[in-house]
This record gives sequence, structure tokens and C-alpha cells, in this order.
Amino acid sequence: MDLTLKVWRQKNAKEKGHFETYQVKGISPDSSFLEMMDILNEQLIKENIDPVAINKGCKNSGPVSFDHDCREGICGACSLYINGRAHGPDNDVTTCQLHMRKFKDGDTITIEPWRSAAFPVIKDLVVDRGAFDKILQAGGFISVNTGGVPDANAIPIPKKNADLSMDAAACVGCGACVATCKNGSAMLFVSARVSSLALLPQGKVEAARRAKNMVAKMDELGFGACTNTRACEMECPKNISVTNIARLNREFLCAKLKD
Amino acid sequence: MAEKLISHIPEGPLAEKWTKHKAQIRVVSPVNKRKMEIIVIGTGLGGASAAASLGELGYNVKVFCISDSPRRAHSIAAQGGINAAKNYQNDNDSTYRLFYDTIKGGDYRSREANVYRLAEVSNNIIDQCVAQGVPFARDYGGLLDNRSFGGAQVSRTFYARGQTGQQLLLGAYAALNRQIAKGTVKSYPRHEMLDLVLINGEAKGIIARNIVTGEIERFGAHAVVIASGGYGNVYFLSTNAMNSNGSAAWQCYKKGACFANPCFAQIHPTCIPVHGTQQSKLTLMSESLRNDGRIWVPKKKEDVEKLRKKQIKPSQIPEEDRDYYLERRYPAFGNLVPRDVASRAAKERCDAGYGVNETGLAVFLDFKTAIERLGEKVITERYGNLFQMYEKITDTNPYKEPMMIYPAIHYTMGGLWVDYNLQTTIPGLYAIGEANFSDHGGNRLGASALMQGLADGYFILPYTIGDYLSHKFSEPKTDTNAPEFEEAEKAVKEKISKLLSIKGKKTVDTLHKELGNIMWEYVGMARNEAGLKTAIEKIRELKKEFWSNVYVAGTNEQFNQELEKALRLADFFEIGELMAIDALDRKESCGGHFREEMQTEDGETKRDDEHYMYVAAWEYQGEGQEPKLHKEPLKYENIKIAVRNYKD
Repeated sequence: MDLTLKVWRQKNAKEKGHFETYQVKGISPDSSFLEMMDILNEQLIKENIDPVAINKGCKNSGPVSFDHDCREGICGACSLYINGRAHGPDNDVTTCQLHMRKFKDGDTITIEPWRSAAFPVIKDLVVDRGAFDKILQAGGFISVNTGGVPDANAIPIPKKNADLSMDAAACVGCGACVATCKNGSAMLFVSARVSSLALLPQGKVEAARRAKNMVAKMDELGFGACTNTRACEMECPKNISVTNIARLNREFLCAKLKD
Repeated sequence: MAEKLISHIPEGPLAEKWTKHKAQIRVVSPVNKRKMEIIVIGTGLGGASAAASLGELGYNVKVFCISDSPRRAHSIAAQGGINAAKNYQNDNDSTYRLFYDTIKGGDYRSREANVYRLAEVSNNIIDQCVAQGVPFARDYGGLLDNRSFGGAQVSRTFYARGQTGQQLLLGAYAALNRQIAKGTVKSYPRHEMLDLVLINGEAKGIIARNIVTGEIERFGAHAVVIASGGYGNVYFLSTNAMNSNGSAAWQCYKKGACFANPCFAQIHPTCIPVHGTQQSKLTLMSESLRNDGRIWVPKKKEDVEKLRKKQIKPSQIPEEDRDYYLERRYPAFGNLVPRDVASRAAKERCDAGYGVNETGLAVFLDFKTAIERLGEKVITERYGNLFQMYEKITDTNPYKEPMMIYPAIHYTMGGLWVDYNLQTTIPGLYAIGEANFSDHGGNRLGASALMQGLADGYFILPYTIGDYLSHKFSEPKTDTNAPEFEEAEKAVKEKISKLLSIKGKKTVDTLHKELGNIMWEYVGMARNEAGLKTAIEKIRELKKEFWSNVYVAGTNEQFNQELEKALRLADFFEIGELMAIDALDRKESCGGHFREEMQTEDGETKRDDEHYMYVAAWEYQGEGQEPKLHKEPLKYENIKIAVRNYKD
């Protein structure tokens, strides 16, 4: 496959970014999107090594930076906005699981970073998602220390609740929901964690307090409000449901009533 | 020479060693804990659980990871489950049985006392994780469910769908977040350790590079814990994450810590086969699939030919023409033999010409029988995300046609040598999880990596490190202006400048792929003397080429992924060389280390207990010098040494 790529280039957080256009050739339809990006980077580096290319004035701004790690859809590092969609045109996948067979030979592909006030660009397609860690630090845990806990089977948990908790816990923290939301809201992310814990007896104890603290932190960090467009659910690579937002709202209201 | 490796295994009966040891080691008072600092490198299951637990105890912890968040550590990708000897299934499991299976699975090359302790604390891990809100799979009665894994005849594996590693890591990460919020732990994401700093022979800090700004920073502490995982990416193609690397452990080796059993690398039997030269990594299909999936190749060569030409579909091959070779060769364990055995059996069939894809390097993993028995819904519940992943990657529906799989590098059993306290040969330097060597011998059993990471981090290190620190509480905070820090920082900066100034003709990835090819060819699933000697020579040549002809784009003072890769690759050459040296030294076959010269008539591994029942711990002797071998003899007082038998 031969493709034209329009890639967002930005030197660092302070400088203004711009698009650059590149051609890549001979991409296998079985390659993943990130393998295609690897090939682009090898090409960009080689152009800067090759004296013929340099003489022709081909010098480019070097390889494109992008976050990636596990390349099997679980670490949540990859975060590309492809042709106007978080993680690109396939459904239920992260960028690393998107394969080139989803594109056509000769396509032009536009590649951007997540765009959200709460996720500033570090370089090119790499953004700072530290705000997610800060939200979780505000309450995304159960307050138990290591040791001194009861036997794992001491409290039976209905299979249905355990399954729903697992559905919500599947969130990989990639930030596609924030990047997709027109308000830049992190409600789906926050609600996934709040729900996953609130559905279990162990997490129920501090559920209201947790919801309140995490929402307050989310607001403080510059994420927008939720206006129920459900775009986040559409683009979530792990199918996290907006019913989790309803559950979060319930816990949040409980907390407010107790105040 | 013998003094180098003092294992500090406590005296007394096996089952009492840990209890007795805990009673004897010293503790640090809460007031003194507040004065002490500990550095933890890595935030996978080992690092996150250790940092959180140490923070809870009151120590001041600094935790470092190379990703943008601790949650991205590669433990997240573990799929199938975590072992524990709970015996919830009433199938006669016990601490002893888990211990025995682990020693046997490791082909009698791990330490009895460490493994017994691992089995002993395994139950606490499950309790801890449930208390943290890990949504393990449950039965309709609300109690925890189990499944079976390779190398065991009981069901002792706890799981959260096909995302067990993710859920356990989110538990440990949550505990870590709680401590970060409390201020006992300070987190340094996007920081990479580039050197270990010793003062008077003791570990006192690190030099790290801020990955965003390129700044080289110094951090001091009273002790340093390495939890940076394994070095499987030396092969370029592996199931490890792209950024997984061996560099933190390797810096410790170069500062004097012994590196043990480097040649023990695990090749996982069920990975998605290589699709072509553009491939960047390999994807694992969980071992749990072998609970219900059956592995086979055609019996007839003509069927193989037709499959390769895509003239027939695998589902069209009738039952009687299928060779379920694991069930045939190992009737007692069938598809659930340990990983090394299953990998070699796949290679044997492919080498014999029965490989089923275009490259001839694949076998089938078939769910037909299980779907007939249990229905598609149950299979989806158990493995839904894995089936989806398989379909996304290969464009084939595994509910209709069998998966194609082939072995790939997955885990490294070797690592920094540690004593019973998980301390390396450098005082104050500890290694936990995959970064150490201690529990898995020549082959790790499935679902035991998660168990070891959390055992070390939650329940072992927080105790044993106290014994060391109890002698140190009167020492002031480490002065990072000390000449040792200055020197280490200077060396790191020089190394980076050197890399950036070469401006050669080959890219970092090109050289890494070349190294990977050498490793896979000569230090892969089958090894022999001539091949290993060739490997050592070729790796040395390639390392020379790297240092004279690599092109590293960009500068240090920026976010620079090429520089990160180059720094890691520089160490991979040396790690690969030591793996080959170790493999050459070990003239026996055991676990994942298969020396072609040493095999039984039917192609099984042949150990040489008389000459090689030892841990090979290598000590760095300086650039260009042969490393020095120290041997820690392995003593089995509670287990009868036998030939590993999974046949009957």
C-alpha cells in the first residue's frame, strides 16, 4: 500500500505546531498502524543520513515522536487521533491494534495528538496525561494497607456485580474519551474507576467520598463538564459504558446530600 | 570465590524457614523509618507493590518509571492469571504442591527455600488483591473461580478474564496512588535510570534522565530496589512491550552486582506467528487458552501443502487426519505441559515439515471441541478479549477456524543474583520480580510471574529490607554532591554525547533487528557449542559496528525516543553476549535452555545434575574482559530430584 500521511509536528509544549506531509510506500495490509509509523520514522531518519537526499534538500525534521509500548491494546500508551477519530477508523481497538487493512491503497491519512486543554502536547503526537494520575490519586483506591485483610472468599460477591465491576475496570486510561468529548470531559474515565470499586463490597465503604474527591480533582485540573453526548462511549476502545457515569452521579449525589 | 555468593538461607525445616527468619531479622522503628529514603526502579507488579508497601510502613520512597504513568508497566499485559495454593477447588492443592510444581517446572534449577516461601505467601496475595477491589472471576455462589495452567494437575489459577495482569497492576497502582497522595511516595514518571551510584561499596543512589527534558538528575537514598523487569527484548521480536529493557539491571551488573543464569529465557508456545519483515513485536495468546484449546498439526503432508496454498480450511481436515501431538506425546498433561516442553514440541513438528502457514512456522490451537462441549457463550466469557485480539490482528475468526500460533520469547528467568533477603551482591541493592533470578529456575510456570512480583513487593522485600536499614538509620541523607555522584553523572553524559556524535549510517532499529536475528538463530530454542561461539563473535562485531556506525537522531536536551532506544540497545549487545557465554558454559539441557548435544533419544531435555546443579552468577571484570563465574550450588533437601516427566 502507498499512502500520504499528514502528521502533526510540534517541537515542544511551547512552540506552535504544524502539519507536515510524507509519502510511505510498500506498507503491508497486515502491518499495524504503529508499524507503519515505525516505517515512516526509519524513512525520515534515513533521509537525513543519505548524502544524496541531503544534497537534494530533503532534510526533514526527524522521526515523529508518539507514545506506544505494549502494542497489544492493554497498556493504554498509544494515543493517536487518526482521520478525526481517536484510535482511528476501526471500532473497539487502540491505535496499536488498528491494522492497515482498514485503509485503502492511495489513502491520505491525517494523524494528530489528543487535543485537550488538560493534556498539553509534549512533542509531536505525545501528550502529557499526568492529570489522569492526579485524579486517581485523589481517591481511585480502597484504603487498605498491605496485610491484615480477610480471606479472599470471606465476602461472597454476586457474579453479576463482579462482572460489571470488571467491565468498568477494563479502562486502559488512554484518554480517548477526553480527546473525543467536545467539552474535554473526563467523566467516562472517572466513572469507570468509581463504578468498578463501588460495585464491590470492599469499595462500597468509601464510595461517596471517593466520587466527590475525584470529581473535584477533575474539575480543578481543567477537564470540561459532561453534557451527555455519549461520544466518549462510541470511541472508547474498551467499550466502557456511559451507565458508569450514571453510577458516578448517584455516588456523587449521595456524597453531596451527606455534606 | 565461594564468599561472593552467600545465600543467607535460614537453617531449619523448609516449612519453618520464613517464619523463623522473620522473627530473627531486625525491624526499624516508625520514627527512624521516617528518616530513611528508598529508591524503587520500575512500577510493574513488583515495583508498585513494593513502593506502596514501603510507603505505608513510613519510609520515604521515590519511584521511577519510563512511561508516562506507573500503570503502563508491562505487567499490565499479563493475561491468564495468578497462582495461589488456596485449594478452593478441593483438588488437594497445598503450599507443598505449588512449591513442588514450581521446582519441577523450573527443571530443578531454582532455590528450594525461596520457592517454598513464594508458595507460602501466595495465598496472602489473593486476599490482598480482593481487599483492593481486584474483580477476579467468580462463580454464581459469589466465590472465586479458578482455572488450570501448564505444569500443574490442580486448578489454582485466579483470573480476571484475560486481563489478570492489568487488574492486579491497577490494584498495586491504586495502593501506590494512595501513598503518593499521602506524600510518603514521590513518583517520577518518564524518568530512566542510567546508572547506579555506590559509596563505599554500598548502593546509595542513581543517575536518571528526565525523558521529557533530557536533564540528567541525581537521586540519593539509603537503599535501591530494582524492579525493572526482564531483558527479553534482546531478541528484538518478543512479547515484551516495546520499551521493556534490561538496562537498569545491567548498570547494576557493571557496578559489581552478579548476574545469574542469563541464558534461561522462556519461549512461550502460544504467540501469534510472525507476519513479515515489518513486524515490530509479537503478541501472546494466553496459556489459559490451553485449558480448552487443543494443539494440532495435520498428519498428512498433502494437507499441509493444501493449507499453505489456502486450498482448504483447517476446519475441513477430518478428526482422524489431525495429530494432537501434545496429547500423543504427553498423555498425563496433554495440552497443559509446561511452556518449554510445548514450545519445543511445536518446533519439532514444524522442523519435520508440518508447519501450517505460508512460512511453515505455525501450528493450530483449536477450540472446536470446547465450543461443542460448552457453547460459544462460555468460551466468550472465558477468553472473549483474546479472541477479539486474535481476530483484529490476523483477520481470522477463531470461533470458526483454529488459531495459528508459534513460540516466541516471552520472559527471562535469569536476572540479578539475590540472596534469601532479595539483596544482590551489592549491599543496599535489592532486586525483585522478573529482574532477579531466584524462583523459576530453567523455566517459569504460567501464572507464576504475577505471583512472584507481588510476593516480593508486598510480603517479602518490605520485611527483609528493614533488616539492612536497621543498621543505617543513624546515617544522614545521602549527599548527591558527593564525588561518586559527580563521576557517575559525568560518565552518563559522556556516553550520551558519544552516541549522538557517531552520526553513522545505520539506524538503531536496524542494528537491533540484526542483534535479534543472531540471538534467535544461535541463542534461541535450540543451542549448540559451535552456534554459541559464532553468536559471541557476531555480537561482539555488531557491538563494534554500533559504536562506530549508528545514527542517533536529535539531541539530548529534548524528548528523544531514538536516544532512549540507542541507550537500551547499547546494553542489549552486552546482555546478549553474556547470555551466549552462560549458555556455552552450561553443557546440559534444562528448562528453556536446550543444548542439542544433550538430549534424550526422544528429543527431551537431558540435565547433568552432577556437573551443573548450580546457579551461574557472573561478575563483571571490566570492558573487554571475560566475566568471572561464581557458582552457587543448589541443594535439594525436601524434594527428590527426578527426570521431569509429563508423560505419565
